[in-house]
Amino acid sequence: MLEVSGLTTKYGAISALRDASLTVGAGEVVGLIGPNGAGKTTLLGSIAGLLPIDSGTLSFDGVDITSKAPEKILRAGLALVPEHRRIFADMTVEENLKIGGITTKANKRAELLEEMSELFPVLRDKWDTPAGYMSGGEAQQLAIARALMSSPKLIMMDEPSLGLAPILVDLVFELIDTLRSQGRTILVVEQNATRMLNVADRAYVLRSGAVVATGTGAELLERSDLFDTFVGG
Amino acid sequence: MTTLLQNLIDGLGRGSIYALLALGVAVVFGIMHLLNFAHGELITIPGYLTYWAFNNGWTWWTVVPLIIVSAVISSLLIERIAFSRVRGAKDFTMLLTSFGVHFIVAAGFLLYVSASVKPYPRPGWFADTISLGSLNIEVFDLAVIAVTIVVLAGTTWLLQRTMFGLALRAAAADFDTARLMGVNSDSVIRGAFALSGFLAGVAGVFWIMREGQVTPTAGINPMLQGVLAALIGGLGSLRGAVLGGLVLGLAEVLLRSWLPVGIQNLTTGFVFVGIALLFIFRPGGLLSVPQVERV
Repeated sequence: MLEVSGLTTKYGAISALRDASLTVGAGEVVGLIGPNGAGKTTLLGSIAGLLPIDSGTLSFDGVDITSKAPEKILRAGLALVPEHRRIFADMTVEENLKIGGITTKANKRAELLEEMSELFPVLRDKWDTPAGYMSGGEAQQLAIARALMSSPKLIMMDEPSLGLAPILVDLVFELIDTLRSQGRTILVVEQNATRMLNVADRAYVLRSGAVVATGTGAELLERSDLFDTFVGG
Repeated sequence: MTTLLQNLIDGLGRGSIYALLALGVAVVFGIMHLLNFAHGELITIPGYLTYWAFNNGWTWWTVVPLIIVSAVISSLLIERIAFSRVRGAKDFTMLLTSFGVHFIVAAGFLLYVSASVKPYPRPGWFADTISLGSLNIEVFDLAVIAVTIVVLAGTTWLLQRTMFGLALRAAAADFDTARLMGVNSDSVIRGAFALSGFLAGVAGVFWIMREGQVTPTAGINPMLQGVLAALIGGLGSLRGAVLGGLVLGLAEVLLRSWLPVGIQNLTTGFVFVGIALLFIFRPGGLLSVPQVERV
C-alpha cells in the first residue's frame, strides 16, 4: 500500500534520513522504533509532505506521491497524527473534527462526527469546549479522531503515547488494537518499543537515520542485540 | 452632552471604515504573516474606476458594486502576481514586496492616467443630516455604521459557521497542520485575499464617496489607518482589528474636538503620541495574540 524507497532527507548538511526504505501493506499495523534522533519523526514528516526530501521515491496505492503537497497526500488517503498532537487550541472539539473532515462531503462528515463521538466518549463530553482546555490524553484522542475524519486508507501516528500517564498509554495501545480490528492500516512511531512490538504485525528499527533491522514484532523482540538501540544506546 | 454624543457618532462612523480596513489587513496577516502595505491600492484602483465610471454616465447605484467587485479582483490579482511568489519567505521580504506593489500601482496611475486630482460627484444625500432633538446626525455616518454592523455580522458567520471560515482559522493558527488535514493552501490564501478585498471594497465605497476625488497616492491614508488600527488592536487578532479601528476613529474625532482651536491641525500628531504610549504599556496591542512559531 505504502512504499518508501531510498528516502534521504537533509537538514542543512546533516542527513536526518539516509536511504530509508519501508513498506506497509493493507490492513497491517507497522511500528517504527528507535532512539531519540533516529529520524522517526523526519520519516513520517517526509511521507506526509511536510519536509522536502532530497532523494528517494514515495508511492501510495500505486500512485507516486513523491514531493507532493501535504494536502494532496492527505487526499490520496494518507493521514498523519503529528508529533505533539498539534490540535487547534482556540477551536472547539467539534471544529477540530470538522477541519479533519474538510475533504469529505457534508453528509459523510456528519456521519463521521457521530462515529467519532461514539468511538471517543471523552470528546462527546467536551464537544463545544475549546480544545486547548483538554488534558493530554483527551487531546491525543482528539488528534487521532481528527485524523480519522478524513477516512484515511492509512493513518500514521507520531509518538501517540508521548507524555501520557501509564493508564492513558494503555488506552492508546487499546485504541490501536480497535482501529486494527476495524481493518485500518496503521504506521506508528513509538519510543515505547516493547509495547509497540507487542501490538505491531511488523516493525522497522531506525538508528541514525537508517533502517537497521526489520521483522515481525515477535522476531524483533527476540533480537537481544538490538536492545541497546531500543533503549537509546 | 450633545457635542459628545455627536462626536461619538461621528467617531464611530469614521472608526467603522477603519475597522473594515483593519480587519482586511488582519485576515491576511493572520494567514501568511504579511503586513500588507499595498492594502490601500484596494481603494486607489476602485477610486480610478469610479472616476472612469462617472465619466461614462454611471450612477452610484452601479458604481457601488463596481467598487466592491474591483477591490476583490485587485486583491486576488495582487496576491497572484506578487505575494504568491514570496509565500513562506521572511516577514520582512513580504513587507518589502507589499511596499513594491504600492509604489508600482501608484507609479502606474501617475504615468498612464495623470498626476492631477481626478474628481467625481458625491452622492446626493452625502451632506444630509437627520435631526434628533438637538442632535444633528449625518446620514453618511448612519449608513457607514449600519453597513459595517451587517458586514461584521456576515464575516463572523463566515468565520464561525462555514467550512471556509474553519479552514481560514485553522490555517491562521497552524498552517502546516491545517494542510495535513487537507486544507488547500492556495484556496485558503486566495480566500483570505478575497475576503480582505471585499472588506476593503465596502470600506472603499464610503472612503471614495467621502473623498470625492482620486489621486495616484489616494491609497496611502486608508492603508495607514487600516494598518495602524490592526496594530492598535493587536496584529493577528480579528476582534482586535475591529476594536482598533473604532478606537482610532473615536480618538481622532474626540481629540479634534477637545484640542484648542489653534492646534487642531496637530490631531494626527496627538493620535500618534497616544499610539506610542499604548505600545509602551501594551506592546502587543489591545488584544494581543500569542505569536505561534511557524515552521
